[in-house]
Amino acid sequence: MSRAASASNRHGDLRNLLSIADLGPDIAAGIDEVMTLADSFVEVSERANPKVPALRGRTVVSLFFEDSTRTRLSFETAAKRLSADVMNFSVNTSSVKKGESLRDTIETIEAMGVDAIVVRHASAGVPRQIAQWATSAVINAGDGWHEHPTQALLDCYTIRQRLGDLAGRHIAIVGDIKHSRVARSNIAAFTALGAEVTVVAPPTLLPPSLEGWPVKVSHDLDAVLPTVDVCYLLRMQRERMHEALIPSLREYTALFGLTEARASKLADHALIMHPGPMNRGVEIAAQVADHPNAVIIDQVRNGVAVRMAVLFLLLGSGTAWGGDLDA
Amino acid sequence: MSAEDMQRATWRMAHEIIERNHGLDDVVLIGLQTGGIPLAARLAEALAKIEGVEVPTGCVDVAFYRDDIGLRPVLPEAVTDIPGDLNGRTVVLVDDVLFTGRTIRAALDALIDHGRARQVQLAVMIDRGHRELPIRPDFVGKNLPTRRDEAVDVNDEGVDLGEMVK
Amino acid sequence: MPDVQTPRKGIVSGSGVIIRGGRIIDRVGERVADVAISADGVIVGVDSALDAGVLGLDDAIELDATGCIISSGLVDIHTHLREPGREEAETVETGSRAAALGGYTAVVAMPNTEPTIDSAAVVQQVLDAGVAAGLCDVRVAGAITVDRSGTTLAPMAEMAALGVRMFTDDGCGVQDDRLMRRALEYSAGLSVPVTLAQHCEVEALSEGGHMHEGEWSSRLGLPGIPAEAEELMVFRDIALARLTGARVHLQHLSTAGSVELVRQAKAKGLPVTAEATPHHFTLTHAEVASYDPVFKVNPPLRAAEDVAAVKAGLADGTIDAIATDHAPHTAEVKEAPFDHAPCGMLGLETALALGISELVDPGVITMQQLLALMSWQPAVIAGIESVHGRAVAVGEPAHLVVFDPTQEWIVDPAKLASRSHNTPYAGRSVRGRVRHTLLCGVPMVMNGEAQR
Repeated sequence: MSRAASASNRHGDLRNLLSIADLGPDIAAGIDEVMTLADSFVEVSERANPKVPALRGRTVVSLFFEDSTRTRLSFETAAKRLSADVMNFSVNTSSVKKGESLRDTIETIEAMGVDAIVVRHASAGVPRQIAQWATSAVINAGDGWHEHPTQALLDCYTIRQRLGDLAGRHIAIVGDIKHSRVARSNIAAFTALGAEVTVVAPPTLLPPSLEGWPVKVSHDLDAVLPTVDVCYLLRMQRERMHEALIPSLREYTALFGLTEARASKLADHALIMHPGPMNRGVEIAAQVADHPNAVIIDQVRNGVAVRMAVLFLLLGSGTAWGGDLDA
Repeated sequence: MSAEDMQRATWRMAHEIIERNHGLDDVVLIGLQTGGIPLAARLAEALAKIEGVEVPTGCVDVAFYRDDIGLRPVLPEAVTDIPGDLNGRTVVLVDDVLFTGRTIRAALDALIDHGRARQVQLAVMIDRGHRELPIRPDFVGKNLPTRRDEAVDVNDEGVDLGEMVK
Repeated sequence: MPDVQTPRKGIVSGSGVIIRGGRIIDRVGERVADVAISADGVIVGVDSALDAGVLGLDDAIELDATGCIISSGLVDIHTHLREPGREEAETVETGSRAAALGGYTAVVAMPNTEPTIDSAAVVQQVLDAGVAAGLCDVRVAGAITVDRSGTTLAPMAEMAALGVRMFTDDGCGVQDDRLMRRALEYSAGLSVPVTLAQHCEVEALSEGGHMHEGEWSSRLGLPGIPAEAEELMVFRDIALARLTGARVHLQHLSTAGSVELVRQAKAKGLPVTAEATPHHFTLTHAEVASYDPVFKVNPPLRAAEDVAAVKAGLADGTIDAIATDHAPHTAEVKEAPFDHAPCGMLGLETALALGISELVDPGVITMQQLLALMSWQPAVIAGIESVHGRAVAVGEPAHLVVFDPTQEWIVDPAKLASRSHNTPYAGRSVRGRVRHTLLCGVPMVMNGEAQR
């Protein structure tokens, strides 16, 4: 059986999912393809026995150099619901630092016979480096501040589920844009689907350059809120305070936290989203997190179906990504 | 086979389904994506006219159950929609063309994930032969001997035979 | 002079050399002539159609220089030879071989070894290794501070006594303003003229950064190093040169702001010199998009405007030297995540070709300017101008390079002589290839092949 057969198609040679741009040249078509397929996996997930034999005999390894219980759980659940075998390669950064090179780690894993490597690393670019050395499909489950493409795909899916087409929608991404892989992937995905994105943050939490970013910038959350269809909050990390990027979490919450008062400025249909884990009381007030328009749990639920779609597209659909079904 | 021929065959198959099952109690029609869907709808229509009963009709996509995943492009055409629990029901699987039998094999696996049907019957408009698995249809519109490399297209205007596009 | 080490022990051709058919470009000018070299490594004839018999060189090795340029050998004032301490990446011998193949007859080894070159003992060890390798005149730069830790001055006088003429904490800039001032003042009182060279980087601004801060760092999600981290120290050191009157050499300028600061300092007549690396005039931060750590270097690859400014600085004389910052690293350490990988890239074997391809061929500078930047000007900064970068004339030591400026070749990491393969130019087609390199009249490289 040809494993992870690679072929060129209308999305280019897509053996891996490293960034949203990998879904191009027509990124919107690529995202649509994932979302359409995810519909089928939502149906599968709702069954009493939420499992299909699609990836029987395939092995997916989750290679998490950085702890992330929820993302790993989501990917592993997705793989298991596709009947793939799941290997969990536990690594800590120190063992790599001390001895084994990244390349040796990958070659070791591949020698065991795997079809896909789901990789999370604290360093930007590691999935791309791994893809150079690996013959199996590489899926980026978050690399440093760079990208987290499956998060963006599940966010697109969740918005579409609630609001329909993203084209023409206004989405505010609020918080620590600079250090956020979620923001980078979401900006790429949302704008590819025709949404307008405004990033809202203090200047210290914006990237040093926004050249080439298709976004508007605001430092005033109150002014932006009434105009948005989606208010996407990013996790605010305590360390940022020690790096002198913000004076205090209190001041951050006062200016950029989605408090109850602020949430009341949102349009009735506007969604509140968060990639998790939330800091209730910092970027999002506890009551706001439980608001009916807060779709944070939907995001998690859809995450499994979307990741099933990604795994199936990379490993099961018979061509690289989508493929020419007329062949 | 013309559109009229197909309509006549559909009516005959509807009668056979009723006859075989002594009525339509517990019968569910499940069309296979995508070719089986219109035929399942026409059968349901015919059954309603004959017996005055609305037979539950659904559809199944077998992509995730195929045995050639990874060998050729496989993607679902649509979301599977099973009307309720299949436990104890009589399922009539409906497809346009029966060929190797592999799609039906996948459909049987897919159905089992939705419950233990009392029995599963198979209705196809065209049986073109060349079976690769021990599967046979219960209701057939027309037996149409073909070459392996021919393509059979069932559409609203009837059935066409052509060269397989490779 | 006590530091003149020619002719070198163990390097005697025995029969002399005649180089025929080339065009000489040296500090004096340009002319077509053959060059005859005696058995003891001194140029004895520079003329058209030299008669070997008349010169007593009947048994001389004849070197063909048809289509080639003959120049004083190249001088690299910024080389990491990794010995002692990191011999798996490079040794004095392998680095010297790479240098000879690149057309260099002298290199200045940087002191960031393990242990640091901050005492006479380590200086002597590296000098001895250079003589033993016998491929290139290996000079040594001593550290400004003990262990390059920026706290205590290293014993400059004892190192100067062994011929050290350049001091630097390369890899780290001296962060403490007062300590740097004292170092400059102290160095000016030594019995021989020396130069303090600075790796300009204010660590408070660069800390945690792994590439140039800007468009690409933002996009790639990598922490950046702002241009200002370099420029602030360039500014400070120019101020300290003014304050102390001591000579300051600014290493690997990479930003437009740095080039402009040096230009202004020179206009005011301050004793400041500067160098730039081939990678800073050929590559930009866009290369990092691959996340390949082969493109990780310090100072980082900058923006296109900075590359243009470095070229302009090379053309107008603001920058005095092209230095390689040849920094070998093994594949194991470079195959790490970008933000874990060490900085540095190879340079010795590609520098001349890049200078020709990217500066001379496009008309940014002339061939003579390129050779000034790579041979006689760096020789002055390194304090070895009495031996290297000399005119190609009778009576001068025969440290020469002969290269074909039109020969095209493709950089193949596996074919480089360096023990490491971390060149950022793999697969790149370049023009200009060394045919012969002579040290003390002895061919170290003949017809493109290292001779030892």
